[in-house]
Amino acid sequence: MACYLTTGKHMSIYLSVFTVLALLAVTAPVALMFGFGGATAARSSVLPLRWFGKTYIALVRGVPDIAFFLFFVIALDQGIEYLRHKALCPDWSEPIRQGNDFVVCQAAKMPLGNAPQWVHETYGFSLAVLTFAIVFGAFAANVLFGAMRAVPRTQLETAEAYGMTRRQTFWRVLVPQMWVYALPGLSNLWMVLIKATPLLFLLGVEDIVYWARELGGTKTSRFTDYPHGDWRMWYFLALLVFYLIFTRVSEVVLGRLMNRLTRGQATAGGEAQRKAAV
Amino acid sequence: MSCWETVQAYGLRSVGIGERLLPREDFTLCQQFTLIGSGMIWNVYFGVVALFFGFFFATALAVGKASPNRLFRKPSEWFIFIFRGSPLFIQFFFGYFLFLSLKSVHPVFDPFTAAWLGALVVLFFNTSAYSAEIFYGALLSVPKGDTEAADAYGMSGWPRFKRVIWPTSLRLAWPAYTNEAIFLFQSTALVFFSGFPAWQQRGDALYYANYFADKTFNPFIPYPILAMYFILLTLVVVGLFGLINARLNRHLPQNARPKLRIRPNLIR
Repeated sequence: MACYLTTGKHMSIYLSVFTVLALLAVTAPVALMFGFGGATAARSSVLPLRWFGKTYIALVRGVPDIAFFLFFVIALDQGIEYLRHKALCPDWSEPIRQGNDFVVCQAAKMPLGNAPQWVHETYGFSLAVLTFAIVFGAFAANVLFGAMRAVPRTQLETAEAYGMTRRQTFWRVLVPQMWVYALPGLSNLWMVLIKATPLLFLLGVEDIVYWARELGGTKTSRFTDYPHGDWRMWYFLALLVFYLIFTRVSEVVLGRLMNRLTRGQATAGGEAQRKAAV
Repeated sequence: MSCWETVQAYGLRSVGIGERLLPREDFTLCQQFTLIGSGMIWNVYFGVVALFFGFFFATALAVGKASPNRLFRKPSEWFIFIFRGSPLFIQFFFGYFLFLSLKSVHPVFDPFTAAWLGALVVLFFNTSAYSAEIFYGALLSVPKGDTEAADAYGMSGWPRFKRVIWPTSLRLAWPAYTNEAIFLFQSTALVFFSGFPAWQQRGDALYYANYFADKTFNPFIPYPILAMYFILLTLVVVGLFGLINARLNRHLPQNARPKLRIRPNLIR
């Protein structure tokens, strides 16, 4: 059994667990950044910018995200290749959309046709990250937008009374205070993000779902050292348990973080902590 | 082929009525609208049936979780944690392969490996767990005065639950439950991407949208069509649940009625 679980293929499934963790580690900050940008745009005083922010939030939230995942990857891929095509091959005469085909010149292929395997994989991975970031950025933007409005008006008025500019008020008063209001929504989002990681499989990244299907499938002694029947059920059971443990740990950690952030804030939670300490 | 003929040929394609072969070339806008719309039949079927049965199971689970008896509370808590704590996508995969293995044990499990029953069971459990959490929260926030009034009238046990606690908690839970319903309809799109095979290319809306996107290399037409259908479906769900909400709160003055706040779409 120990031998079976350490075969080369099994090493790739353990590695792909790290792919998932890496995706989470990269996506969360990027999505947060997108969300911050979106929320700031949505409450900006410049009209087109405000429209942009609001449309971004409304559009992404209204459509099943799986459709977005399938849509964005192709759209981004084609968009990048189209731009490169325009830039690199200006004397290309044929149309790009030939009926059902999407044709660009060789130099505009992304990644280049002769690039090594790891470039292809990294490219696919970054497309996935970007897609996740766009979709989750919209959710985060919505949460942060609400959190910015939840900061008591009086705090901002006090800042103005001290003669702070709009920029100073935003960075020194609004942003530090909004996190406590944003955290419940953001932690919810984090849970959702964890649960969205299996969708990587749809984006063509070789993640844990892919390997669970591969390794669990029926093996015969002709092809492998370890023949076995259809074990996919057990592999997916293991995945299920993995995700359950992961959510449980996140719950505990986020609970602690909330406790830490509530300290000294003018909210019901902060008040309760103050009373308990006395 | 005129558009009307296309509708006749493919309008019910997803349930196996009409033209056998899917269009292979010269894709028209009409074909895409018709086939993706035809796929919506499955999304609606999964959503409606799972929601209907899930409602009753969720009520039972919520009562179990709120019960002081460990024997009822622990199983409900675990059920809810397992289905809310793991991705629906993995649940679909696990369910499918579980049914596949069970199939070799007893032929009773044969239909479970097909999407119409197997995926339905998974969706049913999933929505039960999510709704149960909502109902549980609502049960806990039933105003104390209501139960005290019931006690004062000499009600206890089943009559008290049926006539006081349950209606009140349903009223409290309804806005959140509406969101859950929208959620569920959107997650039906996952079914055919998660192991469950689309037999004879009878798939749901996303299956056909993906088919067109693959064939034409152009995602900009099928996916917006799909989005349009889903937004329509969401509007219908919101409308229906709004009617029920109005009915549930018909004893309240107009301005005291809780409004439905729609917060659609997060993955599960």
